[in-house]
Amino acid sequence: MTPGSYVVEVIVENKPLARDPEGEAIHQNLILKGGYKQVTSVRAAKLLRMNVEANSPEDARAIVRKLSDDLRIYNPAAHTIQVRIVG
Amino acid sequence: MAKVAVIQYPGSNCDLDALEILRDIVKAKADLVWHKELDHDDYDAYVLPGGFSYGDYLRAGAIAATSPSLKIVRNAAEGGKPILGICNGFQILVEAGLLPGAVLRNGTLRFACTSTKLRVETTRTPFTSKAKKGQVLEIPIAHNEGRYYLDKEKIPELERTQQIVFRYVSEEAEPTEQANPNGSIDNIAGICNQKGNVMGLMPHPERASLAMLSPDSQTDGRIIFDSMMRTLRGLEV
Repeated sequence: MTPGSYVVEVIVENKPLARDPEGEAIHQNLILKGGYKQVTSVRAAKLLRMNVEANSPEDARAIVRKLSDDLRIYNPAAHTIQVRIVG
Repeated sequence: MAKVAVIQYPGSNCDLDALEILRDIVKAKADLVWHKELDHDDYDAYVLPGGFSYGDYLRAGAIAATSPSLKIVRNAAEGGKPILGICNGFQILVEAGLLPGAVLRNGTLRFACTSTKLRVETTRTPFTSKAKKGQVLEIPIAHNEGRYYLDKEKIPELERTQQIVFRYVSEEAEPTEQANPNGSIDNIAGICNQKGNVMGLMPHPERASLAMLSPDSQTDGRIIFDSMMRTLRGLEV
């Protein structure tokens, strides 16, 4: 792997048991009303996209994972996160 | 004489209201302190006021929770001093980990600005010591992110440790779904830490402490500040 700049995304989403009224509203009032009955649920989330200088994609991902925990990018009482490399 | 600090964050907008009530109504010695200038634990109690610190970016209270002022507040909390977080102040205390759980966007997806009835669930905190258990206070709310959340299985433990301080209730003092303005789990409107000296609530007692400014001219919110002052004055004796 080569040092470089990587694009890392963090998705912060409510835990499955924490209601997501925004996702519910989008589902009920837009998607189902618009006739897309195939869609059975929607969860809204917050996405942060970061450019990260690192030695490898794994390092970039580890840095973002660590900062998400250290700085409470999410509140573990109510949220889950996904950290993924997109470029 | 006991001194209280009202901590001002960028975006606080209920700081002066809290200061006014402390100084002019409950006759406390109170200072407004910019959060970056709070570098010593020189006060006997701290109030984190309502507002929209840092524009509520990322999450309400999340950025203010990293303010250096929280180090002082954390020390003061560990030392048993009364710490009160109102609305955004509550969100900051939760995000700083001084209180458990999370405060999420209202279930209604609407900004909730209304009068609520709150049942006092415990009088063991320095903010409810003058109230009676089961007493109902009428205090307004004004927030978009006020839905208190904690995993359902953790609620009985919160109840057992007497950390639930206020619940939204109906006219009949029952925690009904209709009386719950924001979808908070178990109608929770305010909680405290295990020791009881750190309390946060979404409703605004400072907006119901002066008859001229409060809904129905009642001053139910005063009991929270009066209780705090009694505690502080008790320490002086």
